[in-house]
Amino acid sequence: MAQHQVNYLKDGGLPVALTTIDKVVNWGRSNSLWALTYGLACCGIEMMASGASRYDFDRFGTIFRASPRQAELMVVAGTLTKKHAEFIRRLYDQMTEPKWVISMGSCANTGGMFNTYSTVQGVDRVIPVDLYLPGCAPRPETLQYGVMMLQQKIRRESASRAQKPKRLM
Amino acid sequence: MRAYTPKDNVQKKPYYTDRYWVAPQVAKHDVSSDEVFAADLEAIKAKFEVLDAYIQVEQMVVVINAHDNFAVIEMLKNERQYNQLSEMSAIDWLASEGKFEIFYQMLSMSKRKRLRIKCKISEKESIQSVEKLFRSADWSEREMYDMFGVVVNNHPFMKRILMPDDWEGFPLRKTYPLQGDEFAAWYEVDKIFGKEAREIIGPENRDPARIDRYDTERFARLGHEVPRGTDITHGEPDTPLVYQENEGVFMIEKFDAQKSVVISDRHR
Repeated sequence: MAQHQVNYLKDGGLPVALTTIDKVVNWGRSNSLWALTYGLACCGIEMMASGASRYDFDRFGTIFRASPRQAELMVVAGTLTKKHAEFIRRLYDQMTEPKWVISMGSCANTGGMFNTYSTVQGVDRVIPVDLYLPGCAPRPETLQYGVMMLQQKIRRESASRAQKPKRLM
Repeated sequence: MRAYTPKDNVQKKPYYTDRYWVAPQVAKHDVSSDEVFAADLEAIKAKFEVLDAYIQVEQMVVVINAHDNFAVIEMLKNERQYNQLSEMSAIDWLASEGKFEIFYQMLSMSKRKRLRIKCKISEKESIQSVEKLFRSADWSEREMYDMFGVVVNNHPFMKRILMPDDWEGFPLRKTYPLQGDEFAAWYEVDKIFGKEAREIIGPENRDPARIDRYDTERFARLGHEVPRGTDITHGEPDTPLVYQENEGVFMIEKFDAQKSVVISDRHR
């Protein structure tokens, strides 16, 4: 019969690791970035591809959630129209602190080629953005790289203090 | 010196000018050249006034009075087998004629013919809805109202379809600037932050074409990321790709393929 219980005392000592609060909190935060499903346009397809099995966001701990209450990362993937601007602000406000925003693709960064009456010229005019990804649309590799950069940014931050208010452009 | 043109009424100036090449119109043929269309036209002419009729690109175009639109389309649907309204919208001729042109593109599946009904209304006039005849006209008429401001009578739900309900202006009119008027430029700011935020943000930030050519510190190259405000006059340092298992993050190890076990017997 298989022995399921691990005998810690026998197999190499007690499972003790020494670290700082900052490190352990940031380890948890950076490796469980739950993202809000926010595909607005064609970049959303690349975001879905990043989440699917080939690129596999789950191994980064990035799991897409359909509720802002359960999400702490908003990947704004696509063109933000003026009609939608108030909803993105409302969803951002509903996300729990701490929260981060990745602006994915040219349209979310600057409005892209849609320099028209109905397009918000950059999502940073409505919500504060942590990371801008260039590309039209960025490949899933770029989004993965962006998430890894964001993880590094989170690990550099202090976990115990409240987040500094982010600057709006 | 350039000739002076008055600029006090710039908003009303049409966006379109003929300084670009204008494609010549496709040749118009007489309706009598096609017997199916000729019979249809006779049926329309028997009951309604026809202002113009011709065949262009194998489709008959019939120009009628705007107040006849419902009756003509009803007759075409019920008596002449034009049983599909494939498209309808308006064209802005306000600058040249002071009128909108409303067109109804119809298709007869049994006759394999396409026919276009056109009528013109002035800016203040409204037009009768054909939604009772074709359900496809429901959203088309709402879009026509949304984009051109053409009011449609007897429509079940006359409301904007694409733009927000509190939008001002009709974007597909030729007088509407492509990048929007002042209302459009500040729309999301007014709605989210309030009108008082206009002064904090400043009108120069509303100009999407504004480029500060000396502003290089807000941008970073992929692979060469630096914090905001870093002096990069002597080049940015490389940022090698750092994996968290390499930098000693707690409990995270790099996967070692050598230590992995391939299970050959799945029933073991």
